[in-house]
Amino acid sequence: MADITVTVDGVKYADQVEPRMLLVHYLREVVGKTGTPIGCDTSNCGACTVLLDGQSVKSCSVLAVQADGAEITTIQGLANGGLHPLQRAFHEEHALQCGYCTPGMIMAASDLLRENPQPSDEEIREGLEGNLCRCTGYENIVRAVRRAAQAGVSE
Amino acid sequence: MTATDETKTAELGKARLRKEDERLITGQTNWTDNITLPGMLHIAFLRSPYAHAKITSVDVSAARNEPGVIAAYSGADFAAEQGSLPCAWPVTPDIVIPAHPPMAVDEVRYVGEAVACVVARDRYAAADALAAIEVDYEQLPPVLDMRTALDEASPKVHEAGNKSFDFVFPQGDLDAAFRDAPIVIERTYRQQRLIPAAMEPRAVVCSVVGGEFTLWSATQIPHILRLMLALVTGIPEQSIRVIAPDVGGGFGSKLQVTAEEVLAVLIARKLGRPVKWTESRSEGNMTVHHGRDQWQRLRLAADSDGRIRGLDVDLLADMGAYLMLVTPGVPLLGAFMFPAIYKMDAYRFRCVGVFTTKMPTDAYRGAGRPEATFAIERMMDELAAHLGVDPMALRERNWIKHEEFPFTTVAGLTYDSGNYEAATARAKELFDYDGLRAEQARRRAANDPVQLGIGISTFTEMCGLAPSRVLGSLAYGAGGWEHASIRMLPTGKVEVVTGSSAHGQGHETAWSQIVADQLGVPFEDIRVLHGDTQISPRGMDTYGSRSLAVGGMALVSACDKVVEKAKVIAAGLLEASAGDLEWTPGRFSVRGDPDKGVTIGEVALATFAAHNLPDGVEPSIDAEATYDPDNFSFPHGTHLCATEVDTETGFVTIRSYVCVDDIGVVVNPLIVEGQVHGGLAQGIAQALYEEAVYDDDGNLVTSTLADYLVPSAADLPSYVTDRTESRAANALGVKGVGEAGTIASTPAVVNAIVDALRPLGINDVEMPCTPERVWRAIQGATGGEQVSAAEQHEARQSDQTQGHSPQGIGTPDQSGGVA
Repeated sequence: MADITVTVDGVKYADQVEPRMLLVHYLREVVGKTGTPIGCDTSNCGACTVLLDGQSVKSCSVLAVQADGAEITTIQGLANGGLHPLQRAFHEEHALQCGYCTPGMIMAASDLLRENPQPSDEEIREGLEGNLCRCTGYENIVRAVRRAAQAGVSE
Repeated sequence: MTATDETKTAELGKARLRKEDERLITGQTNWTDNITLPGMLHIAFLRSPYAHAKITSVDVSAARNEPGVIAAYSGADFAAEQGSLPCAWPVTPDIVIPAHPPMAVDEVRYVGEAVACVVARDRYAAADALAAIEVDYEQLPPVLDMRTALDEASPKVHEAGNKSFDFVFPQGDLDAAFRDAPIVIERTYRQQRLIPAAMEPRAVVCSVVGGEFTLWSATQIPHILRLMLALVTGIPEQSIRVIAPDVGGGFGSKLQVTAEEVLAVLIARKLGRPVKWTESRSEGNMTVHHGRDQWQRLRLAADSDGRIRGLDVDLLADMGAYLMLVTPGVPLLGAFMFPAIYKMDAYRFRCVGVFTTKMPTDAYRGAGRPEATFAIERMMDELAAHLGVDPMALRERNWIKHEEFPFTTVAGLTYDSGNYEAATARAKELFDYDGLRAEQARRRAANDPVQLGIGISTFTEMCGLAPSRVLGSLAYGAGGWEHASIRMLPTGKVEVVTGSSAHGQGHETAWSQIVADQLGVPFEDIRVLHGDTQISPRGMDTYGSRSLAVGGMALVSACDKVVEKAKVIAAGLLEASAGDLEWTPGRFSVRGDPDKGVTIGEVALATFAAHNLPDGVEPSIDAEATYDPDNFSFPHGTHLCATEVDTETGFVTIRSYVCVDDIGVVVNPLIVEGQVHGGLAQGIAQALYEEAVYDDDGNLVTSTLADYLVPSAADLPSYVTDRTESRAANALGVKGVGEAGTIASTPAVVNAIVDALRPLGINDVEMPCTPERVWRAIQGATGGEQVSAAEQHEARQSDQTQGHSPQGIGTPDQSGGVA
């Protein structure tokens, strides 16, 4: 077992974990952040995307021990009260149906807008290439990210 | 007239933002895998590495000694109680339905079939201990090609042989239609096997307390599942509660009674503790039922002016290793759809269901209808090419004219409404059809290495499954009704209980809109409850684009009953005769004295108090209704796709995609547009990207999302969507939209690719139309010899099959097929 200290959505946790434990399992099963779901086992789908020290990572591809000392932001800690502009934009553009990919999609989009605050539609599509959605056909996801960009989200 | 009257028309057609979203965008979701119960154990399954083998021994004893392991079981441990997974659709009287034990006992018939399991304190311990289980197999030859599976010499999947059923559906005098026909077009098409790949993997949790079972499952069908669990396990139905919490997509893949659900119940019963199983994606690709997988041989007879005389359809459908819930019924839904929107004198449909040593197939978005639509829409392009006429003009020559509705097709369906001319005119305008045809001609003349192709799909489908009588006549094991109930709360708020079970469709929003209009209560005051057999005791669940056309109508019937009951109480409150009351949604008033009235909320409160009800009137205005449709509904539309095909690399780019759908009256245009977008994506994915591939040992090569290409945002185009509207015959005028995009789009894309390449002498590219396949088709054609899709397939499969010559349906159509 390994000792780790991780800040998740602004709260500091000190835990003992198996060295092989995936960050996503740590978040879901130890910290209780079940808002971050698991969609695959080959890091293709991006459903488990979170921010690690501000950068998007697929939390199924990071070991919990690698997050020692890091600050993690999940979908449950993205907004400072109320809704983050991306969350609002996803709602307003109907950019989700079943909602399973949505947490990862929003977290990946937030990183995309941090790097490129005014992306073209093509840049949005390329930027979200690592996040799969089976419901929306992506049209409204692109619209939502564009809308959030226009509203000026680059935090 | 009054404020309530404005309310009446306010909701239907309004682009309401979804009630569901708040929890989904903030991570406050309740996926089955989120559930943790005190003392809960985790199950891991050991799965067969062989496509076909006898199990000679299973030894789980070492696994039982691993740390954290509570139990380990083999199939023999369940043999006395596990029953057989159900098939509810015996399509012919002599259909072969093999026993399908949830955990294999003697023999395995596909890679991934469960042979043993470990139950442990956590999921890591359970997975670790699988390595300690010893299984001895005696390998048997796999059966991987349905075209040779019916040969005498083929190894057998089951003792009874490899044929499950032979279903024939003859309509009219086909011989007469083909006799002396000036034109006969013959083609063979491949419907590749697909993996549904809902984003949420399956998960199941089962607890048992005092003999009462509660099962949480990522399922589309909590009600059907409850019934089937009772029938399979013998547990009394009243002791089983099934809950479908938030469910992350289904597309038919969660319209199933799975081995893992049954085994979770049995394990919870054995151990008396709650258990959980969540699949990995690799497990899911192998063991969630697959879709499509047909060889389609078609013959079409036409007059020299292009009028269709008759259509002959001969299918081989791969059932996989077993028949699951509706496996054999899926291709038969297509039996009614091959004639599509076209008039013809005669039609014959034949489908042979074949067993192979692969994962069973079953419903996948569209279920039988995409396959049929693909084939007929491809054939229409082939006929047009033969005649040298515009493929849209050829379709128009054959389709049912808008003034001919209601129209009974050669397949025996009565289409209640439609207007193919209107949808087509709008689509052509949005697409700039004539402009693109002109550009295509210029680029062909200039020998542009990147050729422009234009693909058409003027589809229809049957949805709103289904009239119970029709299902009965097709030997389906249940009805097609739907249930709803309305609970009027004392505060005037409303609880709506629906038997449909949404998993992304937005029922909480759309159902609120319908009830708001019917009862004249605010949208915000309505809460929709679903997905729990204890809260919603009756239902037929969500699949087949049925929820609105059937479940929505049940809501309307239940609301009507509420109003009837409330009217009697309102009359008492107003000291008037019920016959003198007028109902404008939300309020009863006395005829001739409109100021004297009472709202439905006031009636609800007075009913709750029950102090002053008329004699003999029960203190409730709640109501429930069950609606059984008397016909299917028939969405239709015109989809147009423009592709740029690079003849040097084979790379296909969708330049524009326009669809105009007629799905009847729209409750929520935002939700409808989303359904269309997602449907298009899945149909385009079949045309360009996706295929479940087994190697020559029967291993699933595409077992991960790294190998099975679910398209990303970068792989798909932007869509232009619009609608026309012809009302369906039901009271709401609604048809259904869940599957339309998927059914329509696949042939539009492939027609566009073939259209781009037709000057090279190419008349088909097998799906998925990858750059390699397109390139090979071009090489074959420009080398002076046409390579049909069937031949391409042959070439690709030749080192995989056992060397038998294909019989019947597999014969490549080398001549182009024009007699």
